[in-house]
Amino acid sequence: MGHVVLVTGVSRSLGGQMARRLTEDPRIDRVIGVDVVPPRDDIGRAEFVRADIRNPIIAKVINAADVDTVVHMGVIATPVQAGGRMSMKEINVIGTMQLLAACQKSASVQRLVVKSTTSVYGAGPRDPAMFSEDIEPKHAPATGWAKDSVEVEAYVRGFARRRPDVTVTTLRFANFIGPSVHTPMTSYFSLPAVPVVMGYDARLQFVHEDDGLRAIHEAAMADQPGIFNIAGDGILPLSQAIRLAGRAPFPLLPPLVGMAGRAMITTGLADFSPEQVRFLTYGRGVDTTRMREILGFEPEYSTREAFDSFVAARGLNSVVHPERVTAVQQTLSAVLTSGGSRA
Amino acid sequence: MPDARIIPIDVAAQGDDDEAPFEPLPGSDYERPSWDDRVAGALEFLRRRLTGDYVVDEFGFDPELQDRVLMAPLRPLYEKWFRVETRGLENVPDTGGALVVANHSGTVALDSVMTQIALLDHHPAHRHLRMLGADLVFRTPFVGEFARKSGSTLACAPDAERLMTKGELVGVWPEGFKGVGKPFSERYKLQRFGRGGFVAAALKARVPIIPTAIVGAEEIYPMLGDARVLARLLGLPYFPLTPTFPWLGPLGMVPLPSKWIIMFGEPIHTDEFPEGSEEDPMLVFNLTDQVRETIQQQLYRLLVQRRSVFF
Repeated sequence: MGHVVLVTGVSRSLGGQMARRLTEDPRIDRVIGVDVVPPRDDIGRAEFVRADIRNPIIAKVINAADVDTVVHMGVIATPVQAGGRMSMKEINVIGTMQLLAACQKSASVQRLVVKSTTSVYGAGPRDPAMFSEDIEPKHAPATGWAKDSVEVEAYVRGFARRRPDVTVTTLRFANFIGPSVHTPMTSYFSLPAVPVVMGYDARLQFVHEDDGLRAIHEAAMADQPGIFNIAGDGILPLSQAIRLAGRAPFPLLPPLVGMAGRAMITTGLADFSPEQVRFLTYGRGVDTTRMREILGFEPEYSTREAFDSFVAARGLNSVVHPERVTAVQQTLSAVLTSGGSRA
Repeated sequence: MPDARIIPIDVAAQGDDDEAPFEPLPGSDYERPSWDDRVAGALEFLRRRLTGDYVVDEFGFDPELQDRVLMAPLRPLYEKWFRVETRGLENVPDTGGALVVANHSGTVALDSVMTQIALLDHHPAHRHLRMLGADLVFRTPFVGEFARKSGSTLACAPDAERLMTKGELVGVWPEGFKGVGKPFSERYKLQRFGRGGFVAAALKARVPIIPTAIVGAEEIYPMLGDARVLARLLGLPYFPLTPTFPWLGPLGMVPLPSKWIIMFGEPIHTDEFPEGSEEDPMLVFNLTDQVRETIQQQLYRLLVQRRSVFF
């Protein structure tokens, strides 16, 4: 008998893709997608149940279908997606609590996979260059998505303690990037002039969307409890990422960044929450030794390759075109060096 | 391990200069390239910087920028101004991890940068010295950015171990701000060596510790006083008053041209100790003391040998 998998947050792009991907797995009999609103994208053979995970209906869904694997992707990153910060917090934290309460009561659930984020480590000057899973945050996040994720992880730990028979896998993802995913990061890099904090160059890490989905898929089918950082190899400094995207950096003094951030949130241009600003100031790196050695997951794309695939698919590169720069370099080089052997 | 290191402001002021930056270093005694090659090289370099075509390691170290741009204005200081003499370079291994531990002095931490140049330009294997800095360094705009690009990272156990187990040459100045910001009257007297975290990290990574003595850096900015109130206002660990600074304005920032000697001492091997020795605080304390004593003795020996401060 195959698995019955419940996926939360299925109406957003990644959740929908995840549900579709799981239906293609022969080991899985049924995939049930849950969300507050109906999915916009095709979720394949997955069955959609319109249920708010903030209320106990979720328990009925789990029991009726004999769900054995729960994939929790219902934590949302921006207030815009949820219609305000209050409702975002409610969906993220109360929703997770309801889901975990339902799982705890269920006799059928054997596995729980939680999509979390490396932003639970916070960002600041006292951070080590690379966080491994056991390093305590030095600058714990105080607001927004990161704070919600810290709370979600705490409830998940509590659940794991109360139900030791359930395999609980928490995956802390670096920022998703790739040809199709839309995140605050992708809209940030799509701005013609990218605002940066003057005097700092954040270290960024990305995970390609395909790698991210594959990691969740593999974790859902494996029996590997624990917390794992998931990120592509290597890091990319913000300045370099901006150049690769063919954008121009727009340095702002730290006090102005906060104001610009608020302006961008209200205009919906990009998410520039205080947590995000800290991240874009100090950056963050995570160590992926556990991902490789214990989870046995090998990303196909490095951080750089994942970012390149995003740039290529979006047809960015319009502001500073690499071919144009190369042409100028070659012309200048020819002009200067042919007539320039004075020295 | 609160080791401190300050990047002088003139590094930060150095933008992408295309005025014939130094060539990469295949060998120290390379022939001076022709004007054409240098222009072409500089343009090619600029193109790669503009299009993002370069590689930075996980600590944020940008070797190309470091060798060609950040080091360029400091090399004349090393060669012509301080006329740095190196001794015992053979004590620094050609490959593999090692920990260089040195005395800190000079009000502005030029000693760490000069040690970096000594190992990059004059060591046969052209090794990059990866330095560990205090969190103040990474909190400060521009300074933190350039520290990371020049290969530094935060002085904390995970980073130190990570660098050393990856086979990098790591540099620490365990006296930290206590060393750089000490009054001139206490020159060449080693301050407290932190909590010995660097020794524990070397034990864990099982790499040799190289006690290093730097003579000459104490005299570059003789610190006669410390304007504490001003320092507190500016959020600095100290605000130096030297015979020339701040009285002569920017001119007072010119360091005195003392003659420097950097001596890399005999390595202390940590792989002789049983595994897990970093968990033995007594051993860590004793080794820390041993490193400190060795550096102090080397300093005294060099001071006796030196003819004068300036020659």
